[in-house]
Amino acid sequence: MIPINSQFILALVVAGFVGAVAGYLGTLMLTKRMTLVGGPLGHLTLPGIALALLYGFDVFLGALLFVFIGILFIWYFGKKTKLPMETLTAIIFPFSMATAFLFLPEEEMTQALIGDISQITPFAVVTTIIISITTFIVIRKIYDKMVLVGISEDLAKVEGIDINKYNLIYLISIAFVVAISVRVVGGLMTVAIMAIPASTSRNLSKNLSQYAYGGLFFGVLASILGILVFRFVNIPAGPAIIIVSVIFFLISFVLRNIKNA
Amino acid sequence: MSDNILTVKNLTVKLSGEEIIKDLSFSVKKRDSLVILGPNGAGKTTLLRTLLGLIPYQGRVEWSTKDLSYLPPKELVRRSSIFPLTVEDFFNFKKVTNKQITDILEAVGLPSKILPKGAYTLSTGQFQRLIIAWALVDNPKVLLFDEPTSGIDVGGQETIYSLLHKFWKERDLTILLVTHELSVVWEHASNVLCLNKRGVCFGSPNIALTPEKLKELYGVGVKFHKHSHDTY
Repeated sequence: MIPINSQFILALVVAGFVGAVAGYLGTLMLTKRMTLVGGPLGHLTLPGIALALLYGFDVFLGALLFVFIGILFIWYFGKKTKLPMETLTAIIFPFSMATAFLFLPEEEMTQALIGDISQITPFAVVTTIIISITTFIVIRKIYDKMVLVGISEDLAKVEGIDINKYNLIYLISIAFVVAISVRVVGGLMTVAIMAIPASTSRNLSKNLSQYAYGGLFFGVLASILGILVFRFVNIPAGPAIIIVSVIFFLISFVLRNIKNA
Repeated sequence: MSDNILTVKNLTVKLSGEEIIKDLSFSVKKRDSLVILGPNGAGKTTLLRTLLGLIPYQGRVEWSTKDLSYLPPKELVRRSSIFPLTVEDFFNFKKVTNKQITDILEAVGLPSKILPKGAYTLSTGQFQRLIIAWALVDNPKVLLFDEPTSGIDVGGQETIYSLLHKFWKERDLTILLVTHELSVVWEHASNVLCLNKRGVCFGSPNIALTPEKLKELYGVGVKFHKHSHDTY
């Protein structure tokens, strides 16, 4: 059991902010059927995290670098080879795992895969908070427009929406959220911290704004409860957050079915 | 001519190397209602999308207004229940007031109590009315409407067209309408454009739409049935 001290509070703050923005962004990704993109992008961070742990700089920076390389890779090969996203995922995931295993000792390996928030630096707290808030504001600005693009690209264009520009902003937002998420849930589970709160919210909400903020709410709630579980039961925080999140999802699923029955 | 709201000259559109529209010229005056007729694959939808600037083209397309509204064919509007979207959310994609929304809903014959309902739980007919309302809520100058009746039963069809007719009469609106329905031309069109990659005929329906032209447009065997009453 770790003591309730400033490290514990910082862990709560970092996980809470990450959970909020990841859950919120996840709802937008779900409307575009793009939740799975969080998977390969998360996996891509593994070599970056490995570098960061080996050379002693913040995992966020390593992750961010590799996510951007990954987005370029997906964008370039998707364009040139017309390979479907899932094939690219099949290439990226093993490659990232292989490089991480190649370079990292076992203890750091676990940290890269499932996250570690037991040692939080002031740099980590500050970057996480600034990036969470900035990305949240950006996503809120593009949210409605991106939903309309998802319904009909033609309608969106006629309404004067520059689709390429908004897609780019959207992808960059995903990159940043993935990069701040790896500290909390590691490179393996970023897809979950984005997709699960969104699915829970979808089961319980009646309109678009309930849905979007529901994702944020369940993201925060799962993160905070996950950290508490980590504190009292001593299972790693990343998996704890994901398991709590899945429990919420199952409850929402039951509630939705009761309501519709 | 200065009162043209749209001028198209020598328009050619190629999609992945294939010529979809070839050397098409026509014009639309303010307050016209132009019906675009043609068989499947004639390039009708491509034409509307080109006029809206959604696909690249050769030739000239000149609008005298930027205030266009578009209703895509329903295949291009994704109706999915993957996330909750209410009728109100749908209107919130545009910058409009509540009054504008309730007014337009009333005008298309939808009760304002559907606002909090899921847009995708509406029936096909209601959904069609909803997107008409959506297209017209911010008072566009021009409405480009692609096959609004696909998938609606005949009774529903008549209402949708008379609805459009009503808006056309009451508002300062120019309509470009793509359809399969020949009868719409006689009842609602001030001009007709027959399209089969090239322009086959263009003008007032009574003059332009001869049995010969129809035969040329659709090949053979179109039942020719000219309504006796005048257009508008």
